[in-house]
Amino acid sequence: MKIRAIIFICVLLTVIVISCQSEEQLDFKRYYSSGSLVYKQKCQNCHGANGEGLTSLVPPLTDSDYLKKNKAVLACMVKYGIKETIITINGKGYEGAMPPTDLAPVEIAQVLTYLSNSFGNHMGTITSDTVSKDLETCK
Amino acid sequence: MRKLAILVLIVVLYTACKSGGDKQTLPIFGNRDAVTKTVNGKQVTDTVYQTIPSFKFVNQYGDTITDKSLKGDIYVADFFFTTCPSICPIMHRNMLKVYNEFKRESDFKIISHTIDPKHDTVPVLKKYADKLGIAGNAWWLLQGKKEETYTLGEKSYLVAVKQDDGTPGGFVHQGWFVLVDKQKRIRGYYDGTVDADVAKLINDIKTLRAETDVEIAQ
Repeated sequence: MKIRAIIFICVLLTVIVISCQSEEQLDFKRYYSSGSLVYKQKCQNCHGANGEGLTSLVPPLTDSDYLKKNKAVLACMVKYGIKETIITINGKGYEGAMPPTDLAPVEIAQVLTYLSNSFGNHMGTITSDTVSKDLETCK
Repeated sequence: MRKLAILVLIVVLYTACKSGGDKQTLPIFGNRDAVTKTVNGKQVTDTVYQTIPSFKFVNQYGDTITDKSLKGDIYVADFFFTTCPSICPIMHRNMLKVYNEFKRESDFKIISHTIDPKHDTVPVLKKYADKLGIAGNAWWLLQGKKEETYTLGEKSYLVAVKQDDGTPGGFVHQGWFVLVDKQKRIRGYYDGTVDADVAKLINDIKTLRAETDVEIAQ
């Protein structure tokens, strides 16, 4: 009898905890898990499974400062690519181009949420609305 | 006493299994012909295997590289181009594993043929090599006439290579790493985009290096 009561309370507590997750947290999880799939398809070849990049050819995605500083232009970079230029990541210069993608704004939001909360980065959710807004200001 | 007997039995069984299953040889790919000739008055039938024909290219240092430059070497060949947005980065991420494993061996080489020689000139290849972090002569990036590279790929290495402006980057190619032995026969194909295949390649190179020069009966 006692054991049953304990199990019941445990189940109840679990249900309460799960349902108490805020809408925001759920959103984050949805974005993050979809983003990991987009990352595998579109980014991982060059940037690596752990965002480590490839020697001096491809920059890593582990520079949290760079990502924070350029948060508003990340969507443009993913959509339109980067033309031949030198960018400095983790204090090291990388020269080259990144190809554009045909991702929808929501997919860009997902993949950005994934990579900006993986590989040692913690930037929270980047929403589809934010991405749509950022895309209007692409140069 | 009994424990000892069991222990001995285990050791015997283990070594028996080991010596039986250890010997490996790699298959030989490509077309083959049987040629019968007379040696010392006796008829001898030999199998003639398809081999990689002679070629002439330039490497990332501007040196001329021919089939003779690879004499006595086991090598791995692939096809790529430096501006490739699709599978090349992962191919060369994986090829780096092979390079790092064998770069100090004097009888081993990697050759990567560019299929976009117009863009991938010698200085472009040198820059790519530097960025990839490769030096010395264990890994050559080869540039030559486009037709010659394509013919070599399709007719000799038996991999598909072609130009197609409709695909990302403008070229179609497959991610095969082709293993070639000292007699210039193809001994293995490995998908350069698949980790498990690359691990097998590294293993097979070790097997091949241990192989004696005695002809393999097939």
